[in-house]
Amino acid sequence: MTMTSATVVEPRALLLAQNRWHPVEIAFWLATLLPFYFFPSYLSLASQIAIAALFALSLDLILGYAGIVSLGHAAYFGMGAYTVGLISKLGWGEPLSLLVVGALSAGLLGYVTSFIIAPFRHLTLIMITLGIGLLLLEAANSASWLTGGADGLQGVRIWPLLNTFEFDLWGYTAYSYSLIVLFVVFLVARRLIHSPFGLALRGIRENAVRMPAIGAPSRTHIRKIYTISAIMAGIAGALIVETTETVSLEALSFERSADVLVMLIVGGAGRLYGGIVGSIIYMVARDQFSGVNPQYWYFWIGLLLVAIVMFLPNGVLGGLQRLTAGWKSRKP
Amino acid sequence: MIGPFVAVMFDGFAYGMLLFLMSVGLSVTLGMMNFVNLAHGSFAMIGGYVTVTLMNHLGWPFLATLPAAFLVAAVFSVAFERTLFRRLYQATDLDQVLLTIGLVFMSIAAVAYIYGTELQPIHVPDYLRGFVTLWGVNFAVYRLFLVAVALAVSALLVVGLEYTRFGAQVRAAVDNQRMARGLGIDVDRSFAYTFALGSGLAGLGGALAVEIVGLDHSFALVYLVYVLIIVSVGGLGSIAGSLLAAIVIGISDTAGKYYFPYLGAFLIYLVMIIVLMWRPAGLFGRR
Amino acid sequence: MRKWLVGIAGAAALLAGAASAQAQGTVKIGLILPLSGQFADTGVQMRNGIQTYIKQHGDKVAGKKIELVIKDVGGINPPLAKRLSQELIVRDKVDILGGYVLTPNAFAGGDVSKDAKKFMVVMNAATSAITLKSPQMIRTSMTLPQSGDTFGKWAATKGGIKSCYTMVSDYGPGHDVEQAFIKAFTASGGKIAGSVRFPVANPDFAAFVQRAKDVNPECVFIFVPGGTQPAAIAKALAERGLTPKNIKMLGTGELTGEQSLNGMGDAGIGIISAWHYDHVQDNPQNKQFVKLHNEMFKRNPDLFSLGGYDGMHAIYEALKKTKGDTDGEKLVAAAKGMKWNSPRGPMSIDPETRDVVQTIYIRKVEKVNGVLQNVIIDKVEQVKDPVKEAMKAKK
Repeated sequence: MTMTSATVVEPRALLLAQNRWHPVEIAFWLATLLPFYFFPSYLSLASQIAIAALFALSLDLILGYAGIVSLGHAAYFGMGAYTVGLISKLGWGEPLSLLVVGALSAGLLGYVTSFIIAPFRHLTLIMITLGIGLLLLEAANSASWLTGGADGLQGVRIWPLLNTFEFDLWGYTAYSYSLIVLFVVFLVARRLIHSPFGLALRGIRENAVRMPAIGAPSRTHIRKIYTISAIMAGIAGALIVETTETVSLEALSFERSADVLVMLIVGGAGRLYGGIVGSIIYMVARDQFSGVNPQYWYFWIGLLLVAIVMFLPNGVLGGLQRLTAGWKSRKP
Repeated sequence: MIGPFVAVMFDGFAYGMLLFLMSVGLSVTLGMMNFVNLAHGSFAMIGGYVTVTLMNHLGWPFLATLPAAFLVAAVFSVAFERTLFRRLYQATDLDQVLLTIGLVFMSIAAVAYIYGTELQPIHVPDYLRGFVTLWGVNFAVYRLFLVAVALAVSALLVVGLEYTRFGAQVRAAVDNQRMARGLGIDVDRSFAYTFALGSGLAGLGGALAVEIVGLDHSFALVYLVYVLIIVSVGGLGSIAGSLLAAIVIGISDTAGKYYFPYLGAFLIYLVMIIVLMWRPAGLFGRR
Repeated sequence: MRKWLVGIAGAAALLAGAASAQAQGTVKIGLILPLSGQFADTGVQMRNGIQTYIKQHGDKVAGKKIELVIKDVGGINPPLAKRLSQELIVRDKVDILGGYVLTPNAFAGGDVSKDAKKFMVVMNAATSAITLKSPQMIRTSMTLPQSGDTFGKWAATKGGIKSCYTMVSDYGPGHDVEQAFIKAFTASGGKIAGSVRFPVANPDFAAFVQRAKDVNPECVFIFVPGGTQPAAIAKALAERGLTPKNIKMLGTGELTGEQSLNGMGDAGIGIISAWHYDHVQDNPQNKQFVKLHNEMFKRNPDLFSLGGYDGMHAIYEALKKTKGDTDGEKLVAAAKGMKWNSPRGPMSIDPETRDVVQTIYIRKVEKVNGVLQNVIIDKVEQVKDPVKEAMKAKK
């Protein structure tokens, strides 16, 4: 959770202060263990929420902190997913090494595309990211001899984790694995944000032209964070293949890019936990609405989004922050 | 060789005209007020459903339904603008995106509920069907009609913008909103009318599109991507830009699929990325 | 010590309760359907067909009550389909999996059926390889090669067509039917004048139709998924002057389904298709099916309704044979070799491949009493899935 202080504070002290663990954060992470005991039949859903949260976190790094709005982030998610899927088809199914390879391939794609997107802002940037995402989707669709096309990749087999934990029907392994990976990546992201690099990014978000004047090379920083974000998205994509043994074009689709953007906005961008909170809210709401009303749940989700925008601008976390700030200021 | 080339160029041009009608409204409103309205596709969809309802359930002739599609879409947009959009003009881009996406979802579900999920059939009158053969090439009558309507609309828009007071106010607001307000121009009212006009045009585009691409409840989302591509390639706030972009995109898409069918849908994204890298503000955008 | 005993007793009571609930008897059937998104209509129709069957035959079989649990998969989304299938088994405790309109989702569901050893009935997805995914799976719809292969043979022989241009959507079902048609057509002496594939959700067919026109074909063979595309491609062809009046137009049932015909109007008269079902078929089962479907839902059934209807039939009959036992292996054993008269005509479940064996009808679109309909002009009986037959022959 970020703090904005009105007083002048030495940067290092600010960073150190922000880096301390707030008790609410600790409670939150402990709470992620609850599903094991209280909702054991929801572990598959929990696992997919964790993966969505990881994906949203990766988007937050570029959107919330560096100000890059991307409508095509699924490109990196899908890249990680298909890499894992294809290699496992060739016969190697060890999950941890596949995770690393998936992350690296997505990172490579991110690095290359970062050169294309770095010079642009605003609508141009949005449309270029959209275009890259859709290009990759169409390429995967056409290369159906490689990717299975619209049918998806068949024959993906993942070996048991650490040679003992099988990815079973109940989802214990899936959720534990996804949760641990999410936590580790989250720690990395947290450290990154509360560092001089993170501060520079926020400066770039506010005024990209000014930053080189104070020694922060905008374009290089943007390329760096974009690549890191792509690596994280690739990890999320790899996870979904490993936990479900399915890959299809849906991983590269516009729907997936749009969904993750919506989840991040719902939670509140630029607040580190926004992606996680937003994913939980959106996916649980979707699950419940479609259970109750399988045909028209779209309507209720739309209404939820409209309500959040009207009453909680800056997302749920933004709204909460305003609430607690208001409450704090009312104390005598 | 020439025959098919001309046919493909014409078909692409006609398709582009259709996309132009659906996109021009969004381009102008985005350029004017910077309001990201992703629900624009819903207005196009509403126009389509109005035409289908009037024709199939009330027996109206096709041509009469077109102005109705325009009006109903415009009315809906005014309702949304008054109640919801108005409060978010100062909000962040992201919040506007979220609100309008929520509206798209709601509109899709509402349409599915009212009309069901089936394809909506449409039977245009006989004089709009079939084809005429000129110089050995078949020109579909409906596409000729489409091109005629789109060009007429463009002409009206350009005349309106250049030669009327209202048009001058709109142009001023697009160029420099603060200055325009400073000069006493009621920007909010100009915007409301422009928004209604743009959404009405989207409705008209949707109504005309049914015969070529079909209509069902997922129309709003499917065409959103095309509209966004045209708006960004053409440049915000520019009618000429939208027109040119639509023509370029329409022809690239059709010609691309004809000459390189395996590149299929690829080509328009490639074209968009290249144009944007060359001209980040779009072909006629200013920034 | 006491607490521990109470705990054990409580657990035992719970288990006994659960077991007796099973014995008392409900059989839960979990259905994965696309009820929102682009394919919503197919899911809705399948649900309609299922509910028609239940209305007709009651909701009790072999002394047990039938309960449906329906989940919306929203479209092509294998990870979601897999998760929902898992949740149906783990959370909702269903005994049987059903539905599966779309191929990628059916593949994902197959994995779950195999792991959990649950009986699974694929009620639509039409790619050949699906039934190989789980030994507890049967299919009650059709495979596209059944149509493509039969049609290819018929077109070159009885149809008297010498050359043909194929136009299909670029995805699994499209490839399947294209390969099957081309193989059978050329094997029976026909020549392929050319082929083109278009993107799956293609809005404007002008370019592809122009390519067909360049070749000036004697015949075109078309496959597009249902929805907005059949009418769009037929109209696009007519715009170019390619109508059934001057060339032979061949297609699958999607091209000539009721909605598609309504959408394309007179441009469709004369299209020939090879398919397993049409709602105007004249047999007593179909007449009852259509009547009840219309009473309940005010529209005619289509192939999705039929897949659901016959899927429920297979489940009911299998349960009768196992006397209510929902064990996956017992149910699939009961289903193998089952034969019955469906609204589509006679059909059976092949004991070796667990896939459907049925009659493929050759039909022509004609105007009957002012309405466009598929009129049967020929038929081929006892058609098995040719892809799996070929695999057997290779062994």
